[in-house]
Amino acid sequence: MLNQNLKLNTKIFNGDVEKKSTREGFGEGLLEAGINDEKVVGLCADLLESVKMNIFQEKFPNRFIEVGIAEQNIVSVASGMSAMGKVPFVASYAIFNPGRNWEQIRTTICYNNQNVKIIGSHAGLSVGPDGGSHQMLEDIALTRVLPNMVVISPCDTLEAKKATIALAKTKNPTYLRVARNDTPVITTIETPFEIGKAQIIYQPENGLAKVGIIATGPILYNALMAAKELEKEGIKIKVMNLSTIKPLDKEAIVTLAKETKNIVTIEDHQVIGGMGSAVAECLSEFYPTKINFIGVKDSFGQSGTPEELMKYYGLDTESIIETIRKSI
Amino acid sequence: MEHLNQDKILELKVKANDIRKSIIEMLYHAGSGHTAGALGMADIFTYLYFVALKHKPENPSWEERDRVVLSNGHICPVLYASMAHSGYFRKEELNTLRKFGSRLQGHPHREYLPMLETSSGPLGEGLSQAVGMTIASRMDKGLDKKIYCFMGDGELDEGQNWEAIMLAGKEKLNNLIVIVDRNNIQIDGITEIVMPLGKVLDKFKEFGWNGEEIDGNNFEKINHAFYNARNNKERPYAIVAKTIPSKGVKEWEGNYKWHGKAPNKGEMEMAIKELDANK
Repeated sequence: MLNQNLKLNTKIFNGDVEKKSTREGFGEGLLEAGINDEKVVGLCADLLESVKMNIFQEKFPNRFIEVGIAEQNIVSVASGMSAMGKVPFVASYAIFNPGRNWEQIRTTICYNNQNVKIIGSHAGLSVGPDGGSHQMLEDIALTRVLPNMVVISPCDTLEAKKATIALAKTKNPTYLRVARNDTPVITTIETPFEIGKAQIIYQPENGLAKVGIIATGPILYNALMAAKELEKEGIKIKVMNLSTIKPLDKEAIVTLAKETKNIVTIEDHQVIGGMGSAVAECLSEFYPTKINFIGVKDSFGQSGTPEELMKYYGLDTESIIETIRKSI
Repeated sequence: MEHLNQDKILELKVKANDIRKSIIEMLYHAGSGHTAGALGMADIFTYLYFVALKHKPENPSWEERDRVVLSNGHICPVLYASMAHSGYFRKEELNTLRKFGSRLQGHPHREYLPMLETSSGPLGEGLSQAVGMTIASRMDKGLDKKIYCFMGDGELDEGQNWEAIMLAGKEKLNNLIVIVDRNNIQIDGITEIVMPLGKVLDKFKEFGWNGEEIDGNNFEKINHAFYNARNNKERPYAIVAKTIPSKGVKEWEGNYKWHGKAPNKGEMEMAIKELDANK
């Protein structure tokens, strides 16, 4: 059952659940962060509407810079603005930001510990028809390895909005991973959000869980559907929303592993170096536990509908159910 | 224009000579580092720190200060020496360059030396940061702040510079002043052989900049160019400074082999003797 201490969306299991993208949540959050703090500025690289920075740009044209198609420049410009006291948000597609400009992020932002927020939109397989060149599956690995960097991957549009507002108030270089497509709204306005805190969003009505699913990003919805389905077979499951990948909520992960002795990680990202790897690093040190990793396994994506791709790469609800059954 | 009289020029020459000696000594003690570019830029850095720059060495975080970004971080001995000679820290500290625990990292790192405006080393990234600083300063109506960015000519091979040059031109950043060290050398040899740059100033101008090319080892010319740059309106300003690599030590001048090499004891002593003879 849903953990209603978190005031989650009770309609989540309905067929007509509201859907909205995490990139829109970012756009709305940036507008609010901009209203809260005049130091917040926006930078974009010819993808203003795609990354939903347009509502900020319309409200604050004098706090917005368009740099053209120049992702290496944009993050370094943002570093310079942060050096002068601004709180810059840099948004582009994740494949370019932090893909194209990783070394600039490392040197000019993380090495300098500048307060720049990097927004990677259109992350994951869910970009669909654009194909493998634009499906960023390595961004979590690229960013979490950087000293000083915070990494956040929200599960739905509301969490993306809350995360954006929250990270505008911190001083850390931060990577926020958002996606293009409309995906189910899992949380509500009242659901609490705190950077660095994992949440158990689904749990057995009574007794201990036999499986602990840890998911990050909108694919959390598939994890929920799988848990609900397996519950009917009497398989007790807990589902964790791990939206902050760095710093990792080690205590929550170890607690879940101690209860279930069986962890399944799910991410729309390469298994190598991704969120599952972060969980594995934690558990192998503090509570060695068998882990099944669901994600893209050392391959690139391709064109197709998001549904087709999720099925092909083993990330759809059916595949998750299958993996969990085998894990028991 | 504020004229540099002969007394002032002599004073600057003596200062630059002292800074060159510090550069050679610190590189000798470090046992590695970049000699040619640091010596070639000693005159411009002397001019910057003792004439042009609005700063308070005793209060490095003074909000109204001009900003200095050294994009070609490998010539940091000239930056560190200029800072020490103008009172940011004691000159004795210079000989800790590149050593474990030193504030003077092999390439500048502001976590170790917070009075730096930024860290640098990986080439091609400084100008973008200077552009960001200038934009942010304009947003804050900081109209009197000048942002100086130093870069090497070989560094212009990096495509990111051209992204930044375009943005600065588009944004009409008239408080941004770039000094390109046009010394024609890079690690693998002569710039025009490794990767021809052609007419550097024309390229800046084509992207909406003003600028001029000068003899970067002549104080009168440097003074004139900085005056033009500081009073420039509407556009960012590029000073393409033709400098002599390893300027000041005759035997090393113009030789690209000194780009990434530090002097040994004998070489250091020879160079210091030559510079001492200038007094």
